[in-house]
Amino acid sequence: MTWLDLLIAVACVAGVLGFISVVALVAIWTERKISAHIHDRLGPMETGGFHGWAQTIADMVKLLQKEDIIPDAADKPLFKLAPYIVLSATIASFVVLPFGAHLIGTDLNIGIYYLVAISSLEVAGILMAGWASNNKWALFGGMRSASQMISFEIPIGLSLLIPIMIVGSLSMQDLVGAQAGGFWNWGVFSHLPFAMIAFIVYFWASLAEVNRTPFDLPEGESELVAGFHVEYSGMRFAMFFLAEFANMFLVAGVAVALFLGGWHAPFSFLEISAESNVILHNLVGFFWFASKGMVLLFIQQWLRWTLPRLRVDQLMHVCWKIFLPFSFVNVLIVSLWIVLTQS
Amino acid sequence: MSFAPVLVFFLGGIGLVAAALIAAWVIAPSNPGKLKNSTYECGEEPVGSPWVRFNTRFYVVALIFLVFDVEVLFLYPWAINLRQLGMYAWVDMAVFILILAVGLAYVWGKGDLEWIRPKHASAGSVGGKDGIN
Repeated sequence: MTWLDLLIAVACVAGVLGFISVVALVAIWTERKISAHIHDRLGPMETGGFHGWAQTIADMVKLLQKEDIIPDAADKPLFKLAPYIVLSATIASFVVLPFGAHLIGTDLNIGIYYLVAISSLEVAGILMAGWASNNKWALFGGMRSASQMISFEIPIGLSLLIPIMIVGSLSMQDLVGAQAGGFWNWGVFSHLPFAMIAFIVYFWASLAEVNRTPFDLPEGESELVAGFHVEYSGMRFAMFFLAEFANMFLVAGVAVALFLGGWHAPFSFLEISAESNVILHNLVGFFWFASKGMVLLFIQQWLRWTLPRLRVDQLMHVCWKIFLPFSFVNVLIVSLWIVLTQS
Repeated sequence: MSFAPVLVFFLGGIGLVAAALIAAWVIAPSNPGKLKNSTYECGEEPVGSPWVRFNTRFYVVALIFLVFDVEVLFLYPWAINLRQLGMYAWVDMAVFILILAVGLAYVWGKGDLEWIRPKHASAGSVGGKDGIN
């Protein structure tokens, strides 16, 4: 590894951090506006003039000025360590997310496998936060988060297996590259309807993975106040919040990369070929990737304000009795299809 | 293909948190007090320690997770080489999945996939009924 490689890697991480911050700022604002409009009210209207666009920025400035309170009863080293683990695991997952043909931190040959592994490191941070707070709500929230996230990791792992089997590679760019040339080539439409079932299972399970409604029991405001981060304030709380929104985009990005064509446009004439202009090719790819990710982000928020919260027994029912058998049968059918058509 | 950017991204995440916390440390006030630093429970005095015995359901979930997560782990290399390995490997994996499906059916039949275990579940079941959830 030369100094130039290191410089490029640092530029990549700076780009990803900037992108995550912008996505979080926009997504928190749209979340408030979408919730408001679904509730038939206006939401933030004053800050910044146009429809309160600067509300999240004002919130960030406010959070920066808030006192950082660590409860006397808390386990202080673990309490301080938890936000580092949660956010660094999230950022490290972004290294294999393909924003464009060349806009990727590093195209590991085990890309998606690495992503599934490293993003589950976050569970440790959440459990740590819940335990270290020495607060009943935080502990309940942390335990529920952990059990829910590990439970839904299995349907996620199995449904991601479908595009991996179809393409025969774990590298993110290989997986995206196999979906070139129009939306009918996208992963979600191959081996109909099985890849589509995998996509639906993945999307619902990923909602549970990021603790979104209808699977937001760990943060149930009306019963657990806020779940594992109830004792966190100021900037430490902001870091958990940032990680949550970064994760929302991360799971949307994985869905886009594996099922919805990645950085490919829905029609190939909407792309600029890499031969004519490499920079424009990447920028257009980035546009499509980010747009698709934002559409999925919007659907996540739409669902949040539409569906009620599940009970914990319903959650287990959905995961172990519906998603898991469905995913197993799905894997067996698709693999049989591939084996039979191959020989 | 190199793993070095992974380390850089990890350090970037840690650096972001450190930078934000240092900025807050410079800007934000710090007036700790006995009441302010007490455990938050909506204004109630906390009764007892929250570090209590927990519902064994969580333990059972973790055990079932471990079994199936390891299975998914085995499925990945198989899925990559599916085309080269052909029918023999498919039958192999189908048998493997079937064995684990029997395990799932066993846990299901025992009632251990229910959060609130049914009363008629046999005494040999894995989960207890102590603790809180």
